[in-house]
Amino acid sequence: MSSAAALTWFARHEIRLAWREWLAMMTGSRGKRKRAIIALIVFAAILHLPAYAVIGRFANLALPLGKPELIVITATIFLAWALMLSQAIESVTRVFYARADLDLIMSSPANLANVFSVRIAAIALTVTGMALLLSTPFVDVLVIGGGARWLAAFGVVVAIGLSAASVAIAITVLLFRLIGPSRTRLVAQIVAAIIGAGFVIALQIAAILSYGTLSRFAVLTSDAAAAYAPALDSPLWWPARAAIGDGAVLSLLVAGGLVLLGGVMAIFSPKFADTAVRVAATARSVRRGPRTIAFRGGSRQQALRWKELLLLRRDPWLVSQSLMQLLYLVPPALMLWRSFSESSEAIVLVTPVIVMAAGQLAGGLAWLTISGEDAADLVATAPLPPSRVTRAKVEVVLIVIGVIFAPLIAALAFASLTQAAITGAGVIIATVSAAAIQLWFRVQAKRSQFRRRQTSSRLATFSEAFCSIGWAATAALALTIPVAAAISGAITIAILGATWKISPRRT
Amino acid sequence: MKSDVSALEVRGLTKRFDRPAVDALDLTVRTGEFYALLGPNGAGKTTTLRMVAGLLRPDAGSVSIVGIDALADPVAAKQIMAWVSDEPMIYDKLTPLEYLEFVAGLWGIEPAVSEPSAQQLLVSLGLEPHLHERCEGFSKGMRQKVALAGALVHDPKLIILDEPLTGLDALSARHVKGLLQERVRAGCTVIMTTHILEVAERMADRIGVIAAGRLVAEGTLAELRQQNGRNDTSLEDMFIALVDTQAAA
Repeated sequence: MSSAAALTWFARHEIRLAWREWLAMMTGSRGKRKRAIIALIVFAAILHLPAYAVIGRFANLALPLGKPELIVITATIFLAWALMLSQAIESVTRVFYARADLDLIMSSPANLANVFSVRIAAIALTVTGMALLLSTPFVDVLVIGGGARWLAAFGVVVAIGLSAASVAIAITVLLFRLIGPSRTRLVAQIVAAIIGAGFVIALQIAAILSYGTLSRFAVLTSDAAAAYAPALDSPLWWPARAAIGDGAVLSLLVAGGLVLLGGVMAIFSPKFADTAVRVAATARSVRRGPRTIAFRGGSRQQALRWKELLLLRRDPWLVSQSLMQLLYLVPPALMLWRSFSESSEAIVLVTPVIVMAAGQLAGGLAWLTISGEDAADLVATAPLPPSRVTRAKVEVVLIVIGVIFAPLIAALAFASLTQAAITGAGVIIATVSAAAIQLWFRVQAKRSQFRRRQTSSRLATFSEAFCSIGWAATAALALTIPVAAAISGAITIAILGATWKISPRRT
Repeated sequence: MKSDVSALEVRGLTKRFDRPAVDALDLTVRTGEFYALLGPNGAGKTTTLRMVAGLLRPDAGSVSIVGIDALADPVAAKQIMAWVSDEPMIYDKLTPLEYLEFVAGLWGIEPAVSEPSAQQLLVSLGLEPHLHERCEGFSKGMRQKVALAGALVHDPKLIILDEPLTGLDALSARHVKGLLQERVRAGCTVIMTTHILEVAERMADRIGVIAAGRLVAEGTLAELRQQNGRNDTSLEDMFIALVDTQAAA
């Protein structure tokens, strides 16, 4: 086989793997695939509604644009780029840590630089493909409302996808060189989350500090932002102009993305093999526990709780996967702090954010403790009833949620006792809901499969999200319109009841 | 220290997946006996043992462990039983000592008893240099030894092992075999599946051969040879002949 043919063959192999991984992540097991694909199509169709609500009003925008419009569009594109970068960093890290074929590839007589070039291209393709899919409802809405010129937005997605993948590879390889492979996985994940959420959070923080609101648009559409923004002919606005239909700028952007990716492939491909070897060597390094331990006494549930808490404490990568959601608590915490100095009605917004974060975090923790049991046979053959095992594991979720959220609720109590009480109740209810859903849909898995926990049941994932939103809305309404809170609470209970009804009911 | 009391009594045990995996199986293992359960891949060995260990609910039949009805009172049965699977399930982030502390806690063993016992077990399995290392860097053999130590730390009366010697080097395998034989001498009952017929031949008091979910032969090595009609036959030859006959039927 010639070198070019071998590369083509490897590219096909990579694309097939990426496609299957994506399909498995989106649709779960093979048996449920057809139903899952139909559900995905329906979901994508439904996504057009929120897409219309968010950007429908921008469909009639046309060149030339003023600064406020350029700022909003550019910020939106930058946010999409940050999210793609975040996803690409995770993809690159996964290539090093989770792909089982590295030994095979590296022991083959193939030219490794070429092989890893293909792999880098596959990452770029995956990231861009995912972004294209997610952006389709939004671009559709713009095309339907504003004409075919908005199709250029797909080109912008391609360009920023290529550049995001390139930057992600550069960042990850740089991290490997700076802090070594043992820490890169954790740090890369934190960097990915901060990049993904950081832009939105930074805008919110700016909005809180300047305008006392959580709205990001308050900053973007402000006179101050327009005053600081560069002139209308600045290259900073190229992505916005390309999205609206400026073909020349779009060609430049796509060409720039391709050149960037080509450069990254040329620079980093030869070093990929070294990096992979270093990761493999680190995986065998020894980590020690305490030198002396005295066995603890106590009940069997205590033993289970101790084990769960110790495992959580010892796995910063896994914990950070869950705790990253708490980044979104930074703006409400800031608002809380601000409300002590200035009376602000906006402090009510703190409650739904806390309740929602608690629900989401509890879902992840409940999966880790209930489903993510690495020694399932051991626990199942232990002499205690399954109900007590479950109780001990749910208690761990409640303990962790309590430790994280109690200080926030205590701080809230200084501002308003009623709000603190309602927030506390919301946190408990959202936590119990999330844990219950995880119990009803539990599937035995390894903790390392945490990232793919959603694939075991899409229904559980959506139900968990809807319940968190429902309880968050109920808590917020309880503070403002109690009658509406009763309705919202009833709807959320109905969602929970329906979820239980269609769950495998493994109680 | 053999006794006539059964450590395990299985009657009419049945489990169906797409096809019958275990088909009305009757099996009796006496107290203090080393019993080897042999069979080709997919014969139903693991399914049988998982039902005995309480990991799988049978479709029909009964399981009695040292006189305790394991289906009616699973907690009491589990208290005196240990299960070691072929794929060692331990926690990567715990050290061997911490793992054994957890297992002892689950079985409600007093720390004053379990701590020295855990130390001694790990040392006897050659894990002394790794007592305080997290298991994440361990080889499969080392993990298997930690899992085995976990099974023994609560001093069970019945130990069920599914392919316990897979992945062990010769020295480790000898350690494990020695430890199991020691337990049998102390009155414990061991039921083990293995594909290494030489191990069954050398260690087992009695051997059961299972095929298509049914027990097709059982007895001491001598009894099996007698059933086969040739005194000079190896266990391997007998096993292959039995499985072939079963497949032909």
